[in-house]
Formats: sequence, structure tokens, C-alpha cells
Amino acid sequence: MIAFLQVLVNGILNGLVYALVATGLSLIWGVMDVINFAHGDYLMVAMYTSFWIGALLGVDPVLSWIVSGAFLFLIGALTYKLIIRYTVGRSAISALLATFGLSMFLKNVCLYLFSPNFRLLSKTVLGGKTIETGGVIFPVPQLVTALSALVVIVLVYYMVKKTRLGWAIQATAMDKEAAELMGIDTERIYLLVFGLGGSCVGIAGGLLPSYLAVHPEVGLLFGLLAFVIVAMGGFGSIPGALFAALMVGLVESFSGFFIAPVFKYVAVFALYLLVVMVRPKGLFGW
Amino acid sequence: MKRKIERKDWLLFALIILFALLPAIPGIRENSLTMHVILMIFLMASMSQSWNIVGGYCGQVSFGHSVFFGIGAYGAAMAVVKYGMTPWPGALAGAFLAAGIAVLISWPVFRLSGHYFAIATFAIVEIFNRLFMVWYWVGGAIGLDYSITEQGIVNFVWYQSKVGYYYGALVLLGLVFGVVRWMERHRIGYYLRAVREGQETAEALGVDSTKAKLSAMAVSAFLAALCGAFFAQYNYRVDPPMVMSLDMSMKFVLVTILGGTGTLFGPLVGAAVLVPLQEYSRALLGGLGGGVDLIIFGLLIILVVVKQPKGVVGIFSYLRRRMVERESVGKEND
Amino acid sequence: MALLEIHDLTMKFGSLVANDSVSFSVEKGQIVGLIGPNGAGKTTLFNCVSGFFPPTEGKIFFNGEDVTGLPAHAIARKGAVRTFQVVHPLSEMPVLDNVLVGSFLREKDIDRAHELAWECLRNCRLEDLAHRLAGDLTIGQKKRLEVARALATRPLLLMLDEAMAGLTTTEVKESVELVSRLKDRGLTLLIVEHIMEAIMPIADKVVVLDGGIKIAEGPPQDIINDERVIKAYFGEKYSRRLKESGQAKRYE
Repeated sequence: MIAFLQVLVNGILNGLVYALVATGLSLIWGVMDVINFAHGDYLMVAMYTSFWIGALLGVDPVLSWIVSGAFLFLIGALTYKLIIRYTVGRSAISALLATFGLSMFLKNVCLYLFSPNFRLLSKTVLGGKTIETGGVIFPVPQLVTALSALVVIVLVYYMVKKTRLGWAIQATAMDKEAAELMGIDTERIYLLVFGLGGSCVGIAGGLLPSYLAVHPEVGLLFGLLAFVIVAMGGFGSIPGALFAALMVGLVESFSGFFIAPVFKYVAVFALYLLVVMVRPKGLFGW
Repeated sequence: MKRKIERKDWLLFALIILFALLPAIPGIRENSLTMHVILMIFLMASMSQSWNIVGGYCGQVSFGHSVFFGIGAYGAAMAVVKYGMTPWPGALAGAFLAAGIAVLISWPVFRLSGHYFAIATFAIVEIFNRLFMVWYWVGGAIGLDYSITEQGIVNFVWYQSKVGYYYGALVLLGLVFGVVRWMERHRIGYYLRAVREGQETAEALGVDSTKAKLSAMAVSAFLAALCGAFFAQYNYRVDPPMVMSLDMSMKFVLVTILGGTGTLFGPLVGAAVLVPLQEYSRALLGGLGGGVDLIIFGLLIILVVVKQPKGVVGIFSYLRRRMVERESVGKEND
Repeated sequence: MALLEIHDLTMKFGSLVANDSVSFSVEKGQIVGLIGPNGAGKTTLFNCVSGFFPPTEGKIFFNGEDVTGLPAHAIARKGAVRTFQVVHPLSEMPVLDNVLVGSFLREKDIDRAHELAWECLRNCRLEDLAHRLAGDLTIGQKKRLEVARALATRPLLLMLDEAMAGLTTTEVKESVELVSRLKDRGLTLLIVEHIMEAIMPIADKVVVLDGGIKIAEGPPQDIINDERVIKAYFGEKYSRRLKESGQAKRYE
């Protein structure tokens, strides 16, 4: 029973972090119909940023997420301005391929600069602490990261649904031309959304060095999972992304524990295939 | 209008003759690295060309081709390592198996559109990758290592000279390019392109798009598997990260994109750019290389996709079209 | 036995009834016009007959066979081919290749397929544009390409969906001539049109849809005077005025 609860908790904690990463991607995909293949590598860049701030300046991830969040906003905006802008309206795949090029670029620049070594912060404010209730262990870094992720997701969702900016974003997502006819500067919206998507990842990546080691390949899996989550949750749906992310976290956790660690991701990908076979547009897609 | 041998056919023919004669040039045959680079270009071009059938001509951008490559590679490797045979039956078995699996998997997946389809193909590669990692019979994560056998064409393995591999790769190139050129001129080629340009329109003209897509997949997978088998023989070993991974799949795609999807020579041009880039930077920069070649490749991809989505070949055909248009403006009566 | 028989065709999209129990037939060698105000269900009818949607209810018989619900490519293979209201050129392929896609349906051999394609190009006066990319053509040329492509499949029944929209007056005249020529060669045509001067002079019979139901069917001269047709196009008030002045007749 305890084992079951522990696996459950782990799954949820991981799932929430995946959800934040996926929220950024879902926003981008929902508004611009673009799959940002470099999304996982954004996470890697954010983690390196946070790591180096911690290692060189002694600032803890609980604070440096602000910097990485802002930095990734910038990178997201630049990505839009320099690359994505030209692929909008072209075939759906062109943005995916361009961002794949970007992903390769980012990953190998970091590989070149920082070597393939795994790097972990030796001393962090949250590191190593745990909270225990009823025999179930809540590692503090994971817990804080997961809860922060949830907060950010709720804030983003609120922003999209309730604020004027959010409505402008929704309008642009539904019909770009109509939105323009109503005076919305869709170029600026696209720029903002890409930046926002980046900062979601940036915040997640900023907090992760509390417990996760950074290396050039770290983004790969997060990225893949983010795609799967967003696709499962449905094009452009943040609640969908959250739900799917929790499902992924749980499937990963349970299959890893009860079947075998290697099957963690087989189960996740198989789940994706199952979902889209039944609902080709994802669970909540439109 | 009689069918005639077109410029394209002459070009292909000439290139193959040229490639066949290259090793006769002093300095090439002896230089192991040069031979390696050139035959890798042939292999990469063949791989990309096989993907081109489905991704370029038919417009179904799949990232799953590594699965077929891997099945071919393992087919050959299993025959040699586990059963002590020559690789040929294993390679053929792998090719047919790959084609069969391609059809089986594609049939439901083709129902998905755009991004959902692409991600499904990622998912499939990853699943196969993990399965092969834990499958004891095929060597699991360690893979299969070749032991020394008698060299020659029967075992399709050589140890000192690369000449055998060179001509083997050239034959493979000729086969794959020949098949695609044949498809270009015959009904299937037109049907594939029609499906790419407008599936509904194609259906209205009698094209069974499902059958067309599945046929393309089967041929494409078959050829990709043969490439995998060649690779296994050249590399003397196979393991899942090497032959059955997303990275390998992306190579198939990106080389074609760089050169020009849906064109006959695109894959060759793309391979001719990427392979030397990769091999020479690895050789020159060595450990320090840390993926410098990939940094450049990444930038090139971004450039191509943004600026000239039709790839290098696209630039040529754009120029040629301008010339044809200038000619026909005079004759046009509209 | 008519070439095309439509029995009680009904097409519903959720609660929207696009076609409601429509029945009519097209005899071999006829030109039948299908007219009606916008939203009457004409293109939906085409989509059902040509296999793009399976109808909710009703049956479609082509050449004596029940083709209800068959997929589009199967119906095209049987000889019923349609063009699209919004042109769908295969943009990145040359004009010749576009038509070849059609001709390969009947001629597997490359040379014969090419011959058939060139014949159709000549019929539609597109031979000089054969090597241009289809996407680069003007709208009038694209419309001709739609027809040329469909012709290349050697159809028994050609279904044209607003093939004249967007054409200049000269182009319309040429299209009408082409359609007459095609009829002389034995082709049967079902034509959706809004441009009355294009369809009325050449149609053997006209079917009128409004709001999903068939409101009239008959020779052109009867249709233009039919009170219900006038009401559908011009509204209640105008048709009443016409009736009072004795100019409208009701036809069964």
C-alpha cells in the first residue's frame, strides 16, 4: 500500500513538472500551430543557466528561476522573430524541421561549451530535505518544483481565459485574419506567446537543478514527453495538457515500478498511440 | 508524345559511371578516409532516397524510418552472428519484414493528420528502441558484435580494403535511385505526388490514396532495411542506439530536406553536403569536435527551411523554371 | 435505365439537414443543370454522389449499380467524376502531370497515358501551359485544368461544380462551347451553376434545390417561369407581384 502511494506521489510530482513544460508547448501549438522541436532544449538551456548561476554566483535555484524564466522568454521571442515568423502559413512540418535544426544547434553548442558531463549543484537550499507523512516520502525539491509548476500553470490559464491579453491570444489562435481585422497586432501576439512558452519552460528548468543533474541530452526526453502530452491533451488545451501530463507521470511511475524501468517510456508512448487511435485530435482537442 | 530518355536519366547514368570510375583515380583508392567518406555519401543518399519516397514524393513526413533501417541491420547481423550464415538471407528477410511492419503500423497511423502523425512516428521509434534494448534474443542493449569471418562478397565483409564496400554501396545507390526514378515516370509516382498535393483531389480522380500511401511505405521500408543491412556489414556491429533511434531517423529526414524533398537528386546532394561535413570535422577536430559539425548542420537546416524549403535542388529548378517560363510567354495565348 | 439515379437522398450534419429526400435522375447523353440559391445543398449533393460523404439516407445508382456510400476513388473509377467549386490544382506539379494523374486511371501504359493527357489538354486549350506549375495559373486556366483533368479519366458522367464562376464573359462562352462539344461526343453532364446564361441554353433539364429540398424539375423554359423557383431566388414579394401580373405559372 505504501509502495502504491509512493509511486502515486512520484508520478504526480513528475507529472506536474511535465505539465509546466507542456503548457508552454501547448500555448505555442494552440496559437500558432507550431511544434517547437527545440522545446526540450529550451529546458536544457534553462537548467544550464540556473546551474551556472548557482555554481558561479552561489544563487540558489529557488531564486535563479527568475533569471532563467526571463532568459528563456528572450530566447523564445528571438526564435519567433528570426525563424518561426518565416514558417507560419507554410506547411505544418516546416516549423517542426526548422526548430529541429535549432534543437541540434542548441544542444551541440552546449555540448561544445560545457562538455557532456552531468552537472549537479552540490549545495542547494532545498536539496536533500524530505517531508514524510504516513510513510510516504515527499522530497522537498520535487515538491516545491511541482507546486510552483502548478501555480504557474494556473496563472497562465487564468491569464489566457480572463484577461484582455488572453482574449487577444485566443482570438489570434482561432482565426488570425479575423483577429487582425479587429485590431489585434497578431505579430506581437505571436512573439509574446513564443516568449511566454519559453518562459514556462524557463521557470521549470530554473527550479530543476535543485534535484536534477544537467547535461546536453537532458532536454530530449522532456521534449518528447511534452509533445506526447500536448498531442494527447489536445491541440491548444491547457487543462488538457495538465490532465495528460498527470496521466503520463503516473503511467511512467507505475510502469517503471511494477513492470520494469525500461518500460516506463514504452508505456507512455503506447498510451499516446492508444489515445490518438481512439481520438485522433487528442482528448480535448478542437 | 513518345516516351524518351530524359536529361535526368542521362545524368543519373553518368553519375553512376563516374562514381564507378572514381577509385581508379590515383590517391583515392589508397586513402581510406576518402573512400569511407564517399561510400558513406552513397549510403546516406540511399537511406534518404528511400525516405524520400514516402516523405518527399508522397508528403507523409515520418520520423520512424530508423525502425526499418534497424530491422534490416539486425536481420543481417542476426544471420551472421547468431546463425553463422552469410548476411544475404538475413538482409532479405529483414527487408520483407520491414515492409510488412511498415504496412501494419502505417495503416492506422495514416489516419492521423499533421502533427499528430509526426509525433506518432516518434512514439513508434522510441517504442522499438526500448524493446530492442531489452530483447535478449537480439542482444539487448549490448547489441551484436561480428567476429572475424572470411572476407568477400559472399559474407559481404572486408577488412583492409574498402573497395568491396565502395562498390556495394554504389550498387545500393543504383538500386534505390533506379527504383525511385522508375516510380517517378510510372503511374505510382504520379499518384504519390497527387496525394501529397491534394489527397481529396486525387481521390476524385480515382486515386486510392490509402493503397498508394501503403505501397509507398512498403517499398520505402524495404529499401531502408537494405541500407541498414549494408550498414551492419560495414560497421561490424549493431546496437539499438546506433540503428534504431530518433537520431538515426532524423538523419533520413534532414539530409533529404537539405538536398530537396520530392526530387530525384535531392538526397544525393544533401548527403554530399552533410557526410563530408560530419566525417571531416570529426576527423580533424576529433574529441574537441563536440558536435561542431552538428552545430553547422543545425544552422544549415534552419537556413534551408526558412529561406529555400525546396533545398539545394530547389534553387536549381527555380532557375530552370524561370527559363522555361520566359520561353512559353511568347507562345501562350491567354 | 438512367445513367444516374438519386432516390430520396438525405444528408444530415448533426441537426442540420443539407439535403432532404432529393430524387431525380440523369439520362445518358443529357446535360442536367442543378441550380438553386446559395446554401441550397447543391455541393453537398455532389459530395454524396461522388463519394466524399456517405449519405445519411437514400440511394444512389450509377450505371445500374448501387454506389451509395462507396469511397470517392471507387466512384471515380466507375466513371462518375466531379470537379470542385473551389479549384484544387495540384499546385506543385506541372499542368501536364495534373492531367496525367487523371489519364493514368484508364491507361496504365506511360505512352498512352501521355497521349490521352495531351488530347485533353488540347480540348481545353491548355497545351501551351503544359509545363507550367499548376499553382501559377490564372483562375480561368485553373478551372479549365479541373475540367481537363476530369476528362482524362474518360468519365461517363462529368459533374461540374460551378465551373464558370470567376470567368470572363469570353471564357464563359468558350466553356459553354466546350460543354456542348463534350455532349456531342456522348458525355453525360450534371452541372451546378449560378450563371443562368451559361446553363439554361444548353441544359436538357434543370433541377432546382432550395433549403435542401427539390422544389422544381423540368425543361429550362418551364423553370424560369416557375413560381416556386422565382420565390426561392427573389423572395415572396417579387414572386407574388409576378403572379398577380400573370407572368408566373406553376408547373408540376
